[in-house]
Amino acid sequence: MLLRNGCAGRILKSGSFRSMSTSWWKHVEPAPKDPILGVTEAFLADPSPDKVNVGVGAYRDDNGKPVVLECVREAERRIAGNLNMEYLPMGGSIKMVEETLKLAYGENSDLIKEKQIAAVQALSGTGACRLFADFQKRFSPDSQIYIPVPTWANHHNIWRDAHVPQNTFHYYHPESRGLDFASMMEDIKNAPNGSFFLLHACAHNPTGVDPTEEQWREISHQFKVKGHFAFFDMAYQGFASGDPERDAKSIRIFLEDGHLIGCAQSYAKNMGLYGQRVGCLSVICEDEKQAVAVKSQLQQLARPMYSNPPVHGALVVSTILGDPELKKLWLTEVKGMADRIIGMRSALRENLEKLGSPLSWEHITKQIGMFCYSGMTPEQVDRLTNEYHIYMTRNGRISMAGVTTGNVGFLANAIHEVTKSA
Amino acid sequence: MSASSDHANSVFASVVQAPEDPILGVTVAYNKDPSPDKLNLGVGAYRTEEGKPLVLKVVRKAEQLLVNDPSRVKEYLPITGLADFNKLSAKLIFGADSLAIQENRVTTVQCLSGTGSLRVGAEFLARHYHQRTIYIPQPTWGNHPKVFTLAGLSVKTYRYYSPNTRGLDFQGLLEDLGSAPAGAIVLLHACAHNPTGVDPTSDQWEQIRQLMRSKGLLPFFDSAYQGFASGSLDADAASVRMFVADGGECLAAQSYAKNMGLYGERVGALSIICKTAEVASRVESQLKLVIRPMYSNPPIHGASIVATVLKDRDLYNEWTVELKAMADRIISMRKQLFDALQARGTPGDWSHILKQIGMFTFTGLNANQVAFMTKEYHIYMTSDGRISMAGLSSRTVPNLTEAIHAAVSSVA
Repeated sequence: MLLRNGCAGRILKSGSFRSMSTSWWKHVEPAPKDPILGVTEAFLADPSPDKVNVGVGAYRDDNGKPVVLECVREAERRIAGNLNMEYLPMGGSIKMVEETLKLAYGENSDLIKEKQIAAVQALSGTGACRLFADFQKRFSPDSQIYIPVPTWANHHNIWRDAHVPQNTFHYYHPESRGLDFASMMEDIKNAPNGSFFLLHACAHNPTGVDPTEEQWREISHQFKVKGHFAFFDMAYQGFASGDPERDAKSIRIFLEDGHLIGCAQSYAKNMGLYGQRVGCLSVICEDEKQAVAVKSQLQQLARPMYSNPPVHGALVVSTILGDPELKKLWLTEVKGMADRIIGMRSALRENLEKLGSPLSWEHITKQIGMFCYSGMTPEQVDRLTNEYHIYMTRNGRISMAGVTTGNVGFLANAIHEVTKSA
Repeated sequence: MSASSDHANSVFASVVQAPEDPILGVTVAYNKDPSPDKLNLGVGAYRTEEGKPLVLKVVRKAEQLLVNDPSRVKEYLPITGLADFNKLSAKLIFGADSLAIQENRVTTVQCLSGTGSLRVGAEFLARHYHQRTIYIPQPTWGNHPKVFTLAGLSVKTYRYYSPNTRGLDFQGLLEDLGSAPAGAIVLLHACAHNPTGVDPTSDQWEQIRQLMRSKGLLPFFDSAYQGFASGSLDADAASVRMFVADGGECLAAQSYAKNMGLYGERVGALSIICKTAEVASRVESQLKLVIRPMYSNPPIHGASIVATVLKDRDLYNEWTVELKAMADRIISMRKQLFDALQARGTPGDWSHILKQIGMFTFTGLNANQVAFMTKEYHIYMTSDGRISMAGLSSRTVPNLTEAIHAAVSSVA
């Protein structure tokens, strides 16, 4: 017999014993909103017609619209209806991984030829970093990770959830809005030998501040002296300068110096595949045997997390990169995106200077990639949001991809208004 | 200590090669075998009578709709995934008329197929639930222990399969769950138990439910075969709905790998049923904190296909027909294999082939017999004697029959 209880319409079978009035989850605290993704949520909820989203790093065209690359549309047309949807191997699409390694390490890389690279398809950059962090925990259990200040906020979450202790190293120099190279080198020297470092290969997120080539060489040299491990997060290859080869320079420098690095790659931005979650984790090993062993262990970490990675995005990537025409088209489109952003940097800076801002905005054009670290305070950012309906993360990071010829004037004016008495 | 000049020594030099995954490794070995008669009865992926993988017609239609829609973009999904997909998935498993859904007491997040749903749920439990032990049936899917262990739970087992009857060890199950500490988590296969194909009856489910609720044991359903077991989506969700109907809390991991043939697209959902809507909202916010440092947000393609199919009445109906056809073919394979073994006079009672349900048959063959069948007959299966009925066809039943006959006759 079923009895309808007064509380919340629960149905208690007459044989039921335990009082079920309390939830197991009563004590669960509401989690803070993700600082980056929370911005877009707030933006979407804003009814103002003038609102501007320069929060999350997703590319927009000059009309403020998201873009699906032509090469991607074509690849999808070719894929749809053709292949089956069987499980990929745990390590993902071999073809996709092969092409991806060429991008990072060079078309004619000896490391690829000698099969020294343990590589698996990963769930975009996040997934690649997480797999590496889990691997680091398992196989270098006493190690820590040195993370630049500032960095993409989720880096801290990733290594924390992997239970790898974290340290920081100096990176951004607020006064110059550039690189604090001296302090960075100090931190590298003072870290215990054999420390693990997280480096942004190019287009540092959130600052847009990258070391020069000369500085990279010094960093690499110091890493050799100290025997440090370099893990590169490369989420913006092609997006920084418009030239993927140039954007991989930091990695190539480290390879020249003989470092055995790790690298996370993402196709979220440079191929516009955001929601497909396509990326790659690679770890360079001493020889093929080691690479096979390391790869097998990476798979052991992937299996209890998601078994095997999603096939669709990987197919898009391998279709494009495996076809010379489509690859050429992709390179053109990536350059187009990078150029538009570089153009918006100039425009924003010019506008601010024309408004007679007392501050220097040189850093807008010196910084590179999707983001500009404006130097604005959280309070100034709040004013931008509350008074002008402009949305960005409270660290003052502006996603230049969200800036258009249509809104750059408005944006410059608003920034000027909240900073002119700073 | 300075690093050597030319080539650094790897910090991972001591990493040893991991053993092959016992399930996925079967396909690896199968692929290497040059024999033209080889048969893969390893991984649970559906095959047609011709031995080919199958992409459902509704999936093709949904794909075309998506490809031809120029307004579709590939932006990031929210951390919790595609909202439509989540709502439709909850309805699919809990029922369109579910009170829990109507009362907003369900939080559903898109995850990477069943594996991902289990892992996210387990991570949440390890962080927020007062009991960190999960009881899993003996035997269970090979990946279950690792998923839960890596999530931070400790794993115990409860008796489930009886080798003597090749059926459910119901007494053992009740005893083991009965002696579990109050509040412990219990993994339940919603239907079509993997690897045994042995499911509790409806009455047995009711007894399990009462026992669990009396001890405050937390149900965590793994639903990987809804619609695939009996051919009916509702019938295959009956166990889950029974628990939800009593107003208690539970977790459910859903996979669309098999029932929509979306294997490699990694489409699944984790639902947590809570006492109140307010609790569900807080739980959801904490699930996001698990997901964000794992992969940020889930893949869009497969979920879009599922949502397209589930929300369109015609596509949905078409799907149920295709799903039933797959289930029916498997049921017919069971009959064919059983009849063939009977006709061959193979020693032993093979009725379990008919009684077990879902994609797999737990043959009862031991590891030596399995190895014999692989070596002599090029038949591949997991060493626990589990065969995927989905990999069988009328054409290959005779060979399998011969192999089983030879194995039980000549190998101890």
